[in-house]
Amino acid sequence: MVIRFESTTKQYPDGTVAVDALDLTVPSGAITVFVGPSGCGKTTSLRMINRMIDPTSGRVLIDDVDVASERPARLRRRIGYVIQHAGLFPHRTVVDNVATVPVLSGTPRKEARTRAYELLERVGLTAAMGDRYPAQLSGGQQQRVGVARALAADPPVLLMDEPFSAVDPVVRHDLQAELLRLQGELGKTIVLVTHDIDEAIVLGDHVAVFAEGGRLAQFAPPEELLASPADAFVAGFVGRDRGYRGLSFATAADLPVEPVTAEGTVVEGLALVLDDGRPTGWRDPDGRLLPTEGTHTADDSLRVVADLALLSPAGAAIRVDAAGRAVGLVRQTTVADVVRQRQRSRLAVGAVGGSAG
Amino acid sequence: MSLDYLLDAAHWSGPDGFPHQILEHLRYTGLALLIAMVIALPLGVLIGHTGRGAGLAINLGNAGRALPTLGVLMLILAVTGVGLKPVIGALVVLAIPPLLTATYAGVSSVDRGVVDAARGVGLREPQIALGVEVPLALPVILGGVRSATLQVISTATIAAYVAQDGLGRYLFDGLAVRDYPRIVAGAVVLAVLAVVVDALLALLQRVVVSPGVRPRAGSRRRTALPQPER
Ligand SMILES: Nc1ncnc2c1ncn2[C@@H]1O[C@H](COP(=O)(O)OP(=O)(O)OP(=O)(O)O)[C@@H](O)[C@H]1O
Ligand SMILES: [Mg+2]
Repeated sequence: MVIRFESTTKQYPDGTVAVDALDLTVPSGAITVFVGPSGCGKTTSLRMINRMIDPTSGRVLIDDVDVASERPARLRRRIGYVIQHAGLFPHRTVVDNVATVPVLSGTPRKEARTRAYELLERVGLTAAMGDRYPAQLSGGQQQRVGVARALAADPPVLLMDEPFSAVDPVVRHDLQAELLRLQGELGKTIVLVTHDIDEAIVLGDHVAVFAEGGRLAQFAPPEELLASPADAFVAGFVGRDRGYRGLSFATAADLPVEPVTAEGTVVEGLALVLDDGRPTGWRDPDGRLLPTEGTHTADDSLRVVADLALLSPAGAAIRVDAAGRAVGLVRQTTVADVVRQRQRSRLAVGAVGGSAG
Repeated sequence: MSLDYLLDAAHWSGPDGFPHQILEHLRYTGLALLIAMVIALPLGVLIGHTGRGAGLAINLGNAGRALPTLGVLMLILAVTGVGLKPVIGALVVLAIPPLLTATYAGVSSVDRGVVDAARGVGLREPQIALGVEVPLALPVILGGVRSATLQVISTATIAAYVAQDGLGRYLFDGLAVRDYPRIVAGAVVLAVLAVVVDALLALLQRVVVSPGVRPRAGSRRRTALPQPER
């Protein structure tokens, strides 16, 4: 389901232009994040998709059908909707909250409940929690119920307005991981609003950065956002450490790895100590065993490797196989070389001028 | 002062006995409340849901509190003549303001986030009003019903002024012949009736209000209910 904004504008009756001629195509089957400072029109844009707000001019199309041509209630039942404080119905049990939309759409209550219990487990809760009332759940659990309720009718599109901003950082991290796992199974078209750029980078396949006055400043995959912000506003919004954070999107698999030899591996005067092939530490010349500070696999990101190389007393990140046996080393200098090459080739693509011919 | 009249078994049977008069009293009360609820509850829900006409609800509520009951009765009697209908009419006029105010206040104070979510998942407006706002406002609405009921039960005493029925009979007749035990008996039965009816309504409230919204004090989230043991 492709969602398309066509010069969509929303001006509130008091004159505030919340969204100004937005042109944007939200790709199908991926997570698109709307991010930007407070009051820049993210929520307004999101709510124009399910007609909670109607644009003053322009259109919003879902698979080339103008949403304005549909009855709001029917449209919304085909679009999952999750809001900040979950917005659960306090007077209904958790399972009945989840079963709301299927029951509205005519599914027999018993059948809807059975499926609702399954969904609760799918979003990381227990079926037993289904018989509680929302007030008997923690904020994070309520948010999971909110997601389950949005998924209950199996809608192809899911809208989420700051779904994780009211929970503590640890719970937020869990919920983000859970969403990515679910999306891996479901492949919905998800639009998620947040003002947290880190959340946008973690969750988004694509990120739309909004600026004040409802202007779209950049629409790009998160990697590109970090590597080449469109303007000073985006660069400022993306924030510090974007070089380092950008390494999250590069895989460690392509890194050159120095083999670990059976006779013993010595780096900068430290000898790698192995126990049945598994690294246990670095032995210094005085015989002390220093910790490895962790290992990585080929599936990890360049950021993980760079971090381990910085932490390691030998200045080398240890690569292990699935069984945890050391297979090689990546030195700080190697990481630095690879990062330099990456950035040089990336910037060369967008650069102007040079020696033609 | 004595309870002789109240305790005399002869007064507990027959067409002039307490059981009969209690039933008559309840009949007026029930009828007046029913009519008032049919008018006030839908109107209150409508005003609370749409936010339109809120001024009307508030002003009517205030006016109702200031209305002298006996004055209303006399006014209606003067217009329509003596009979039971004007009495019922006066009771209805009396019951509408507390019902309307409570219903409007209850519905309009429902968490806007919950209403927004209800709309967002695809409930139609009537479904939001009846399926979400009313159940959540029920403790407040029933509070209004209880206070309206108490008011009507005590005021229905005046029915005996124009018709010969109801517990007011003991008061008016007793006053006429200076039979104080009779007046006391009427007052005591009336008071007990009011307490019993209110207790029954409290019981009803426990049954119809969802456990998820029962404790109204404090915040809506988290603190509201004890965790069940599992
Ligand atoms: N109902 C309304 N009436 C008038 N102005 C409104 C209304 N709703 C939003 N606005 C204004 O429109 C602008 C955009 O609001 P919107 O809620 O879309 O911002 P947002 O990007 O979601 O912000 P936040 O991150 O704070 O949620 C703001 O300036 C806001 O004050
Ligand atoms: Mg917002």
